[in-house]
Amino acid sequence: MNGTRGMWVVFGGALALYVLIVMLIAVVPAIELSRTTPGPGVQPLTPLQAQGRAVFAGNGCGYCHTQQVRPLAQDKVFGRPSAPGDFTWQTPELLGSERTGPDLTNVGKLKPSDVWQYIHLYDPRAVVPQSIMPNFRFLFRVTEQLPAGETAVPVPAQFAPKHGYVVPTPEAKALVAYLLSLKQQPIPGYAAPAESATATAATAAEAPAAEGYVYDAAKGQALFEANCAACHQASGEGVPGAFPPLKGNAAVASDDPALHLRTVLHGASGVVIGGVKYASAMPPFAGQLSDADIANIANYERSSWGNHAKPVAPAEVAALRAGGK
Amino acid sequence: MAAAVQGAGIADGDATQEQIGEEDQRALAAVFKAYTVSATCWLLFGTAVGLLLAFKFGAPDFLAGKYLTFGRLRPIHTNDVFYGFASLGLVGAALYVTARSCGTRLYSMRLAWLGLWLFNLAALAGTVALDLGWNWGDLEYREWPWPIRLVFLVALLVTVWNLLATIARRASHDIYLSNWYIVGGFLWTCVICLVAILPWYQQGLGQVAISGYFMHNAVGMWFTPLALGLFYYAIPKVLNRPIYSYALGVLAFWTNLVFYPMLGGHHFLFSPLPWWLQTTAIICSVGMLVPVLGGSANFLLTMRGRYHGRIESYPLAFLFIGVLCYLLGSTQGTVEALRSLQAMWHFTSFTVGHSHLTMYGFVSFATWGGIYALLPLATGKNPGRLGVAMHFWLALVGMSIYVIALSIGGTLQGLDWLHGVPFIQSVADMAPYYLWRGVGGILMFLSHLAFAWNVWRMTAGKPGNAPSPIMEPEGAAA
Repeated sequence: MNGTRGMWVVFGGALALYVLIVMLIAVVPAIELSRTTPGPGVQPLTPLQAQGRAVFAGNGCGYCHTQQVRPLAQDKVFGRPSAPGDFTWQTPELLGSERTGPDLTNVGKLKPSDVWQYIHLYDPRAVVPQSIMPNFRFLFRVTEQLPAGETAVPVPAQFAPKHGYVVPTPEAKALVAYLLSLKQQPIPGYAAPAESATATAATAAEAPAAEGYVYDAAKGQALFEANCAACHQASGEGVPGAFPPLKGNAAVASDDPALHLRTVLHGASGVVIGGVKYASAMPPFAGQLSDADIANIANYERSSWGNHAKPVAPAEVAALRAGGK
Repeated sequence: MAAAVQGAGIADGDATQEQIGEEDQRALAAVFKAYTVSATCWLLFGTAVGLLLAFKFGAPDFLAGKYLTFGRLRPIHTNDVFYGFASLGLVGAALYVTARSCGTRLYSMRLAWLGLWLFNLAALAGTVALDLGWNWGDLEYREWPWPIRLVFLVALLVTVWNLLATIARRASHDIYLSNWYIVGGFLWTCVICLVAILPWYQQGLGQVAISGYFMHNAVGMWFTPLALGLFYYAIPKVLNRPIYSYALGVLAFWTNLVFYPMLGGHHFLFSPLPWWLQTTAIICSVGMLVPVLGGSANFLLTMRGRYHGRIESYPLAFLFIGVLCYLLGSTQGTVEALRSLQAMWHFTSFTVGHSHLTMYGFVSFATWGGIYALLPLATGKNPGRLGVAMHFWLALVGMSIYVIALSIGGTLQGLDWLHGVPFIQSVADMAPYYLWRGVGGILMFLSHLAFAWNVWRMTAGKPGNAPSPIMEPEGAAA
């Protein structure tokens, strides 16, 4: 290493080699990947949703919530494995590196109620008692008078301010619009696991599955907790004013299961239960759960929290599924 | 005074120090002091924020207002300990090491001060921007808006200019190994900063590829070379004997350069990134064993036979833990990158434990060891024995609790997911481990208060009673 010249050889060489490697493993692949064509049905965000995405990133939601589904068994609950075409419009990327909270790839499908999203943002523990997510009350304001054209968030009394209405700010509205937009688009020939399960149940496996059906209480509870408890709560008591109770619910307690099963299969909105009108919509589950799964959930609901209704069989679910709304 | 505590064990330009004027020595010491004091302020601030974050895992509604919400403070913690504390601490030491090992005065004191202001400006502006919610996306370690990253880049350029000009006028014939690592780290990081902010290839999945590249290169091509450069100077200096093998150091330098840049993709295993990119990352993660084992062996062999000295010499104790965590943390990183284990550990708190084992156990301990070894030589003031002992033990025990708790908890979290229990169960199961993380964090933060006290005594305050960081030569030690 001779004098200044030797210095330039070592440092220049180390720099040149590094630039070469960076080109090969970062810049050139990134140029190629930036041109990934959008997957079928993958659309750019609306201005409101894009604004919500900025609120999401600015408040660092991505540090606890991923937006990527791996082709691994434990990720099936979040959707089908993410495909390159899913991310075309996603800049800055929000794939995330940690799941302190659940993945949000399909949160618009799994938690489609804006009322639920608002309550959850205002105080996560109002709907998920064990949650350790911070509250985002700073995205809401509390007013004495309900401003014209606004809808108050039906926060349960225990979590609501002493008096006044909880009204979402424009930021909160944008954020919820963004969250509800998070839904994977189906890829032909690349079915989501839940969908393929439905397909199996609806076609070939239907008869044997129905015949051999035995109510599995543990499975019913697990399915209930994964799909229903966010709104109706593990206690079956719902959230007063926001989500109806199933405990003592007339439809659940009735010996005719038609209304109960139809609601699970096809969803509901604007219903009046026990004299209370519920504004929030319930999503349909026909596309995500098999007949046997829905029978397990219904039977769990019909036999829990003091309910004692006649059990249902998958064949009844199948009949109502075929019958439509 | 400074000359009196100099050792003579290392084959660098120290012998020619007599030619350097008293005034230059004082100016260099002032620069080193200023960088260390800045770094200490960022350490206290960054880890106070970290402690608050740890507390929020148990009390999510505590200080949940807009400007103290978890998601805004989290990047403030990581960026401030990275670009505030560790960077400033290592750069200050690097300026000192380069000037001393070249046996010359620093090319420009003015550039050194300018660099200090720019690094601080970037960290300060970055903190304010993140707290206002102005980030560049939740892109790990590059959340600062790009103009702020540009300020950081200018600070790097100013400093590397200064370093190269200093090396060009060195008194010795050879360029000491420390300077290879230090200057390499600066040059590579300039490239990293540039690649990180140019927008043309960062659409959608393209940006994911850059994120994978950035988040590991910012660690492995910046902090690692600077910390290793400091090891190569401080360990022989403290031990008063030459490095075990110069050739092994050169081998580690080049293999690190080949393998490290390519392993970033392992942060996106099982993602939609191309499979070849993920596989390359795994192979290079395994390849990293060469520089890691080579480098660690070199340091440990340099310390051979002098282990008893760790007790008497706290700088050596810090450096020893730094080397050990470099070995452990990097090997753990290789293991984590294997697909079968990544399937379980990815997205869990295990990764957070790993990043603290490496950034805290390796980089922070190396920085502290370097400061305790070299700052007293520059200022002629030693810290107190008790202060250094408190710093060492609180930091070591705190970090151990932190890393062990999150490693166990993260494993259980991954197993919960594999067993398909409802997600919220994995949150509830973490509660005790989050608590232990907080306990570790409190000890770590207390150790930083002790460090701040020690820095005060090594710079402006009344010197303490710790012995000179330089150990007696071998014959005398026996």
